[in-house]
Amino acid sequence: MTAQAGSAARRVSAMVLRHLYLLRGSWPRAFELVYWPTLTMVVWGFTSQFLATNSSWVARAGGVLIFAVLLWEVMFRGQLGVAFSFLEEMWSRNLGHMFVSPLRPYEWVLSLLVMSFIRVLIGTLPAALLAIPLYHYSIFTLGWPLIAFFTLLLAMGWAVGLAIIALILRQGLGAENLAWVAIFILSPISGVYYPITALPVWLQWIAWCFPTAYVFEGMRAVLFDGAFRLDYLLAAFGLDAIYIGIGSLILLWSFRHARHTGALLQMGE
Amino acid sequence: MSEPVIRVVGLSKRFKETLAVDHIDFSVPGGITAALLGGNGAGKTTTLSMLLGLLLPSAGVVFVFGEDMRRHRYRVLPRMNFSSPYIELPHRLTVRENLRVYAMLYGVRDMAERIKSLSADLQLTEFLDRKVGNLSAGQKTRVALAKALINEPELLLLDEPTASLDPDTADWVRGYLEAFQRRTGATILLASHNMGEVERLCSEVFMLKRGRIVDRGSPETLIDRYGRDTLEEVFLDIARGKHHAMAAVP
Repeated sequence: MTAQAGSAARRVSAMVLRHLYLLRGSWPRAFELVYWPTLTMVVWGFTSQFLATNSSWVARAGGVLIFAVLLWEVMFRGQLGVAFSFLEEMWSRNLGHMFVSPLRPYEWVLSLLVMSFIRVLIGTLPAALLAIPLYHYSIFTLGWPLIAFFTLLLAMGWAVGLAIIALILRQGLGAENLAWVAIFILSPISGVYYPITALPVWLQWIAWCFPTAYVFEGMRAVLFDGAFRLDYLLAAFGLDAIYIGIGSLILLWSFRHARHTGALLQMGE
Repeated sequence: MSEPVIRVVGLSKRFKETLAVDHIDFSVPGGITAALLGGNGAGKTTTLSMLLGLLLPSAGVVFVFGEDMRRHRYRVLPRMNFSSPYIELPHRLTVRENLRVYAMLYGVRDMAERIKSLSADLQLTEFLDRKVGNLSAGQKTRVALAKALINEPELLLLDEPTASLDPDTADWVRGYLEAFQRRTGATILLASHNMGEVERLCSEVFMLKRGRIVDRGSPETLIDRYGRDTLEEVFLDIARGKHHAMAAVP
């Protein structure tokens, strides 16, 4: 590792440590990470058990709904992980200190992504593990494809998270509620709980423009047919790369705009 | 002659209709304490923000340690630091955690020793494991100062370093800054509207009014030039628009 890369890694670690200190020092924050995914899993676990005996579609693969909800949580929590780590800086009016330090914007973004990954693991792993004794559904039965689905959804969550940060940088804390709700616009067209073919044809075209459609269809292909769709995987990967690129560009543009307006100094509660 | 630590050429900043900084030029040589002095809205904080690269100028150039801040700010940021009462440290982190994070960001070697000696210097040892949000204003100012000194900066920029402090704490902070400057030979630029503070700490003053530098010199020179007894009287002359007439008096 070169000295420059070593310094960058140290600065990224510093920012990750800053958020880990925050989680360690505030149990409500840590509890919130686990609370919602677990609660959602419990509700969908009962729903799955009920539908397994009343729906032939669900009966084909008992865990389909519960796995879908857990994977959706990966994307949702991935996006929240990015956006909330940023909001924590705004709430504490710390942006000015951060950006007069040698921390570069890309290092800061990397630290947000690392924190998002950690938050997703803290949030979804207990829910996934609890589903095994409660409902006898283990998402780990998906095998290696699970890693691909997890990564692809996390990356899409990051892309949305970066775009939301950009919007908050541009519009101020008035836009912070978007961090909670923005990603749900993808929910109807992602085929989380139903196949994409259930959508009107014109909406199917839009759905296939997002990696989420490929992931959830891919998950059902594994569960229903025991087939791993490499074509879906590659399409989702390509789309993720495009959306991460767009998210990063919008964020850089907003960051530059903030340096023009002085927003980095003024933003806070 | 050596390159000044700060050199500002034709610096302006416009926010929509407001010209916050209007084509200013100044330079600060190494090893001194200088001040941007002016009333509210004079452009002090805006100028400091542009020196740090937090704010992009509408026109003009800022050189710090000879580097153009627009193009090479990351070359000089490790050598400088900043403190302002308007920017805070994360309240829910302890003092030690905050200092550790910033020590890592600045690449401080022997972090634990640095934090220990700074806390002893700034009388923070007993608060190290307390959350910043639970400290008094004076204690928070000392923590902010510890963060600003964590990398032993060669250039320290301070925005109203004693704002909202009681006279005793403010005096203590000024004394500490004097000692730090003497010990390290660092350059300090502070933005203030506290005349006593500027008179005590600074050897060079840039008087700002409505975004322009209307006068400059050492506190003694300015006091002599305006035929006044204190810098505060000079400030009032300038604020009330008497500077042109007064400065012209031989």
